[in-house]
Amino acid sequence: MPRTERHGRSPDGRVRVVDVEIPNDVRYIERVVELVRRECQVMAYGQRQLMLNVPVALTEALSNAILRGNRDDPAKHVHVRAEVDAERLVVEVGDEGAGFDLEASLIDPTTPENIGREDGRGLFLMRKLMDRVERLEAPHGSVVRMTLHRE
Amino acid sequence: MSFSVKKEGEVVVVDVEGQLIVGNRQELKQKVLDELERGEKKFLIDFSQTGYIDSSGLGVLVSLSKKIREQGGELRLANLNDDLKTLFELTKLDTLFQIADTRERALQSF
Repeated sequence: MPRTERHGRSPDGRVRVVDVEIPNDVRYIERVVELVRRECQVMAYGQRQLMLNVPVALTEALSNAILRGNRDDPAKHVHVRAEVDAERLVVEVGDEGAGFDLEASLIDPTTPENIGREDGRGLFLMRKLMDRVERLEAPHGSVVRMTLHRE
Repeated sequence: MSFSVKKEGEVVVVDVEGQLIVGNRQELKQKVLDELERGEKKFLIDFSQTGYIDSSGLGVLVSLSKKIREQGGELRLANLNDDLKTLFELTKLDTLFQIADTRERALQSF
């Protein structure tokens, strides 16, 4: 079970919030994705966004945080905060690692020399499926923020 | 989420039920590799009951495709919904795999 879990609406009812902290374990990914996806569904996001953009990009961000940021360390945690309103989803995924350079991590997995590689598609998909992906400075780790405008 | 494996004629058919993501990709890989070790050569992965696939799920498909080819076998994919098709197009993996619209067409294509 996630260590903390809060979700609900902002006082004015226009923003829906998911705020969870999960153990550093990839088995929690689906549950977090479902929480965020449900809030997007309530806000009438498009079917493709609900079935492709949100789940895939968020799964990538979570597995990066768990396996790379926190180096698969079971003692660590991942914090997810999503704010969804009628215009956009902003989701932040924070880990306890040193972070990575989003620009330096950019490889094109679709080129003939890379297409047969097993890895290297995670950040590419986050960028393709979200309108904006950015890394934020955080006092005790690294945060990736993704923004998607409602279709 | 789970994977069911059955034999249809000479073809090993794997149904992916639910997601194919970082948390369960190894299970799919192992199931297919076990069949490959038993000497099976023809594989079909059916996505009609699949939700979404992440980059590590795609990576496992790429890896299996190579391993099957190395053993002189063939891999086909079938029943990608529109969102999964988009995922394969974005990553250009639609150019790497033989993808059929239906299970029947995939089975006939071997």
